[in-house]
Amino acid sequence: MADKGYLPKEKIKEFVEALGKDAAVYAPCLEGDTIIFRQYTPDKEISLDRPANTPPKGAIYPQCETLLSFEFKKDAATPQKMDVELKANTDFPKAVVFGGRPCDAKGFTVIDRVFVNTDTADPYYKKRRENTTIVTKCCNGPYAGCFCVGVGGGPASREGSDVVMTEVEGGYYLEAVTDKGKAVMSLPMIQDGSSYEAKAKQANEKATAAVRNPFPADAKISPELFDSGDFWERVVDKCLSCGACTFLCPTCYCFNITDEQAITTGERIRSWDSCMFQHFTLETSGHNPRPAKYKRFRNRVGHKFAYYPEKYDGAIACTGCGRCIRYCPVSVDISEIVGYLKDPKADPKQWAADKKDAKN
Amino acid sequence: MSTQKLKEIIKQVLPDVETVICWQEGFDKLNVTPIFITSPEQVDQVVWNPLCAQNLAGYLPSQKKKVAVAVKGCDSRTIVQYMQEGLIDRDNVVIIGIPCKGIVSKKKVQKAIGNEPVEDVTFTDGSIKVKTPSGEKTLSLADVCPTKCTSCQFPTPIVYDQLTADAIKSDKPAESVYADVVELEGKTLEERKAYFASQFDKCIRCYACRNACPMCVCQDSCIAETRDPHWITQKNSLDEKVMFHMIHALHLAGRCVECGECERVCPMEIPVAKLKKKINKEMKDLFDYTPGVNPEDKPPMYTFNVDEAKIKEHKL
Repeated sequence: MADKGYLPKEKIKEFVEALGKDAAVYAPCLEGDTIIFRQYTPDKEISLDRPANTPPKGAIYPQCETLLSFEFKKDAATPQKMDVELKANTDFPKAVVFGGRPCDAKGFTVIDRVFVNTDTADPYYKKRRENTTIVTKCCNGPYAGCFCVGVGGGPASREGSDVVMTEVEGGYYLEAVTDKGKAVMSLPMIQDGSSYEAKAKQANEKATAAVRNPFPADAKISPELFDSGDFWERVVDKCLSCGACTFLCPTCYCFNITDEQAITTGERIRSWDSCMFQHFTLETSGHNPRPAKYKRFRNRVGHKFAYYPEKYDGAIACTGCGRCIRYCPVSVDISEIVGYLKDPKADPKQWAADKKDAKN
Repeated sequence: MSTQKLKEIIKQVLPDVETVICWQEGFDKLNVTPIFITSPEQVDQVVWNPLCAQNLAGYLPSQKKKVAVAVKGCDSRTIVQYMQEGLIDRDNVVIIGIPCKGIVSKKKVQKAIGNEPVEDVTFTDGSIKVKTPSGEKTLSLADVCPTKCTSCQFPTPIVYDQLTADAIKSDKPAESVYADVVELEGKTLEERKAYFASQFDKCIRCYACRNACPMCVCQDSCIAETRDPHWITQKNSLDEKVMFHMIHALHLAGRCVECGECERVCPMEIPVAKLKKKINKEMKDLFDYTPGVNPEDKPPMYTFNVDEAKIKEHKL
């Protein structure tokens, strides 16, 4: 098994179908003008032209997942007693995430720290993750809003991937990153790629140099500015509180659990939640710890750039994929906001001062 | 230039209002983002060009103090509808009207330039020139405008306190407004079902369409999300997605001002405005009512006439 392979462009479909022999392949599929990660079937058209609108997160961490199904049953012998029968399924098939970008693959590593590398691992995510091989396409350059380099990644980053593909003349140079990846390289349509290695490296370096880095090197977030309500109110006044940024994020993992029941049967489902929504962490008592829009927004930025790094050795829970910027209805730019927070000259007073009649 | 005039007007009205809501350059040259102006120094950041697609009037009901807002003709219908529905106090709003010859759909431009990063954008009469790493591309505004501009009836704001330029008259025939709906009506039921199923299947239930909609007034109490009552499940099945979009459309019956925000903001590029336009067309037909054109009108769903005009023709 070679670590370096080459796949001619015209063999992509054949490659994906071979990957799908014993696994469900999730690939970026073109639907109208939208590119969405879907389970590949031969009627679908794969597009690697640009990063998909959605990240492949849902392949391992579905937007909605049945944790268990339940049924209330009466026992004929003791009719006054109601039994509940529970069924849970964690028997997931093998899967391949094909054609995500390095930022997408890195996104899984962010979720892994919370869902897998812990004493209380999530059995659903963990099983899917173990069963999944990630074949990533490196970017040829940046797209609108991208800033992967600014958060320690890059358009050719290997983190989270089992195989990385770099576009070279006539096809793709493939490199196995893990043992799972080496298994992929043994597929018959993969040719020897050693002669393409230098060209691919060159392309990777060129792409990396073109990505913007919006933050000053090693700058820390100013705690004073982070605690300033004036600052947050100013930067989020245009935010519409929709969930586009969080639902398109490769790292957002907050979820909600609801019981969807009809008479005696139902399902307990886990679905993505969004800290942008007013109902986020709303407590049963009616108390909402984040009643204002700016407090919820601060949670999103804080989670990615402050709380998560504090908990996980400085790792940032943002991969700079740029989707939250690119698809924000009002062009809210998280990199700009973090840039303010990391500005060595950050002064909370500045944000209060130019606010005319701020609080009268 | 009307940008200069816009800045002058903002400077002039700023002392009388808490905030002026306008547009400024966004994270790149192709993106424009709202600016909430509270001090004269911010006025220089204001831009006005065909990228100023967002309907800023949507921010009005949440403002607590007197504000000024910049609106295009289409956006002004939102304000008219707010006035009809009593959602704003007209005395607390200064309307800066901008006569508009058409805007640009960012998505269409991105598609035309192959989704390359944008380095610069310039406008000449009737066209947009976009600079990318692989060169410059000039696109005709007519080719990259959103659907609503192709049938615009109100290039000049209907209500305003100040205008940034001379009023313009529409040169588009009135029947062009629902041309896309008529086309859809020509399809069979099965075709329409298949069309909407394929579109709504892309929905991620992020509710950008709802939150960007200036007439969606339930906001945080939207039944798509409430737990109590628990009307819609959190499942992401097609049925649930369609249900949400049907609710959105029906709540806008006779209220949708056709600003197209729902469609503009959809990250999955679903033509979400189509259902709403279809319902508006029906409302026009049934009640001879067009939302957001006359502050004195009463929305048909807000009133009841024993003898509704045309009611017999519709066998109701």
